[in-house]
Amino acid sequence: MNAPMITSRRGVLVGAASFGLSLQLLALPAVAADADLAKRKVIVVICRGGMDGLSVAPPVGDPEYRGLRGALALNGTALPLDGTFGLHPALTSVQALAQAGEARIAPAIATPDRARSHFEAQDVLETGAAGVYTASSGWLNRAVEALSAHRKVDALSVGPTAPLILRGKAPTASWSPGRTVDAEARLPTLLQDLYRNDPLLGPALARGLATEVMAKAAAADMGAQAPSMTAQAPATNTPQLVRQGREAARSLGVSLAGFMREPGGPQVAAISLDGFDSHANQAGLLNTRLAYMDAVLDGIHTGLGAEWKNTVVVVATEFGRTARINGTSGTDHGTASTALLLSGALKKGGIVGDWPTLKANALFENRDVAPTLDMRGLFKGVLAEHMGLDRAVLERDVFPGSAAAKPVAGLI
Amino acid sequence: MTLADQDMKAAIAATRFGLGARPGEIAEARRDPQGFLRAQIRQEGADLLAGVASSSERLGDFREHQLEQRNARLQKAAMAAGEEGKDARLGEPDARDPVKIVGRMLRQDVGSDFGARVQLAVTTGAGFREHWANFWANHFTVSATKAITGTVIGPFENEAIRPHVFGRFADLLGAVETHPAMLTYLDQIQSIGPNSQAAEFLKTGANRRGVGRARLQPVANRSVGLNENLAREILELHTVGIGGGYTQADVTEFARAMTGLSIGGPRDPASAAGAAVFRDRAHEPGERTVMGVRYRAGGKDQTGAILGDLAAKPATATFICTKIARHFVADEPSKALVGRLEAAWRSSRGDLGRVAEALISAPEAWEPTPAKFKTPYEFIVSSYRAAGAQPENFTRIAPILTGLGQKPFSPASPKGWPEDAQSWAAPDAIVKRMQFAQAFSSAVVRDRDPKTLAAEALGARLTPDTAKAVARAETRAEGLALLLMSPEFQRR
Repeated sequence: MNAPMITSRRGVLVGAASFGLSLQLLALPAVAADADLAKRKVIVVICRGGMDGLSVAPPVGDPEYRGLRGALALNGTALPLDGTFGLHPALTSVQALAQAGEARIAPAIATPDRARSHFEAQDVLETGAAGVYTASSGWLNRAVEALSAHRKVDALSVGPTAPLILRGKAPTASWSPGRTVDAEARLPTLLQDLYRNDPLLGPALARGLATEVMAKAAAADMGAQAPSMTAQAPATNTPQLVRQGREAARSLGVSLAGFMREPGGPQVAAISLDGFDSHANQAGLLNTRLAYMDAVLDGIHTGLGAEWKNTVVVVATEFGRTARINGTSGTDHGTASTALLLSGALKKGGIVGDWPTLKANALFENRDVAPTLDMRGLFKGVLAEHMGLDRAVLERDVFPGSAAAKPVAGLI
Repeated sequence: MTLADQDMKAAIAATRFGLGARPGEIAEARRDPQGFLRAQIRQEGADLLAGVASSSERLGDFREHQLEQRNARLQKAAMAAGEEGKDARLGEPDARDPVKIVGRMLRQDVGSDFGARVQLAVTTGAGFREHWANFWANHFTVSATKAITGTVIGPFENEAIRPHVFGRFADLLGAVETHPAMLTYLDQIQSIGPNSQAAEFLKTGANRRGVGRARLQPVANRSVGLNENLAREILELHTVGIGGGYTQADVTEFARAMTGLSIGGPRDPASAAGAAVFRDRAHEPGERTVMGVRYRAGGKDQTGAILGDLAAKPATATFICTKIARHFVADEPSKALVGRLEAAWRSSRGDLGRVAEALISAPEAWEPTPAKFKTPYEFIVSSYRAAGAQPENFTRIAPILTGLGQKPFSPASPKGWPEDAQSWAAPDAIVKRMQFAQAFSSAVVRDRDPKTLAAEALGARLTPDTAKAVARAETRAEGLALLLMSPEFQRR
């Protein structure tokens, strides 16, 4: 460590720039010190069902938007973001982060899949492959595998089932809220013995038990929680169930953050949020789902505390929805959607990728927001710049066949 | 491929094809394991869930309470307007609050229907028949994630699924896709042909009509037209499958053909309330082309003709036979097994009883090494069967299944529950299964010998390692928990 130039990552960049190094070189992660890298964390939030990008970040400044969306247009109610885009009124925490320069949107992003099938598109989103059925492991698992060659990296999925994005050769843990294990019981030990030759159950039980131990430690350490950004005045007319849902969502985010703050805790995590398939009565459905998502993100942000500056959160969905509303006050399966990028280390900037506009001749197949950014480019950018993953390994092992999807530079 | 002997076959019959062995079941199957299963196939279909009301009854109740809910809201709003400055939200809603009544109703309907299903699964002597019905219910998933659908999942199984699971696939498909549960779940009920009489009326006529109504439901806020959700999922999930050769244009054409398919509402005759109806006035006029076939104009016959053609497509047979093999035998089933099922499907023109017979006759299906990891539902049901338990209250199972990732009647998407070990054998899930096994065993074991229970539950599938661990257990409860968590009990 040859200080003083390496006081922070940004310090390094400023220093290097003053020596006239090329921007391309600056984007290389190799300049970050190893000790710094070891703290880096990434969380992928998968919104399943095809989240409507035009509701997450409504392009209220696009002249076509109001006409296409009719009664679903959010022109009057969107939270301000920039000249073209707003944020859905339920995304209050995201907006607060955006105003602090810690959240950005990628408003026309898509996987390479164009079939508009939930299941095929989710597979492609999670395998990181160019097409369906070409890979059986998840890209985040392959990233963990690649990073593990250089340092100890652990991964955690939240929820009772294992998402494809984290399946693969690298062992991963999973956790969901619930009772804790009775440490005194003999059963766990007896079962570990019974599973010694079982390639599926043996490792799964061992990791599950280790995570339980960590959950207890994390719960004890979290103690008094930082107050929520949105804690002031939960509207009194919010129905009780919605309020309870928000609190549960927030505490889910706080718990995940607690794991990641633990010494030896996971640096990589994936969490799924369901229920974004808004074919009918979209306004109410998305209001609930986006409020839930906002609360999870708020929980992650506040729960991470000082570690927020070491963490990047990516929120992505399998596809967007039709630009026009359908016949049932909803939208059908589309193509490009909006991804969110949130981090305490984010570089300031506008939208990520280009906005194709909603002009009739700009729509994909005359119905969907046209993709201008390949989802893999965003993921690759985060893994390279933030996690310090080698470019060649990234192209060869993590996202094979994605050369055309250049990593997005200058995010972190 | 290893060949199973008679004892092994009896154990496989009860645990892989069935829902787990109850005490005595393996002994019963031993004389003729395949015959034991074949006898469970019957033309009239699977057993019906007991004590489940009809769809129209349930939907009638649901609509009634929704109306009350709306009236109560309007009343509140009127009160708020009358007493400006006062907070109309103050004051606790009383026990007759319609919002609460609807919520309670939903929980009761979903809970009691699911209870009836668990009751049947735990007690039936025809485990294969019930398992086969469960497969089809998951293939044609409807979910309580949508409130109105939640009230009719039990009725859906009884009315559309169970009577047809050993009949012709075309009949099953027709019953399922026109059932109120599916029509509400996949948003078909509001889909209206953009050029239909109903659309014309809503676009133009409604503005001129009764001002009072227009104020309650401003026409500008109601979009009118197609919803392609059901059409897409029929193609992708119910018939030919994702690689089945259809395009976006086929989805849209199919959606146009199905417009008019809906359920009876308050303005329909009482006999149609909550039942599937076809509204000619909402149907998109004209002929349609779906997957290269032209269907002439003709109301609901269009949908019937398209469904019939989809049922008969070879891609449908391939897609579904692969799924059957994957569900019953292995996550990656052999081509030979799938081929046998397809051959039975083809030669019988989609007779599902014949396909079931082909499954139990296929040597590949009797491979002694169990390749399937049980879903949480299969694990819980087989645990009750192994213990010969008769729990007084099946509603206790709901939170357990929810914790294991399989909330009763509530899969997250129309694809239904996953079938593969990777999805269900996550570390967290194994820990939660262990916690269930621990609590369940303490509650049910009483004075029974876990060694006997192990022999009865697994027969020839019981491994020496597990037998030894059970025999060495410190308590009876620990022995039973070890049995339930053993590698061979977790699989089938």
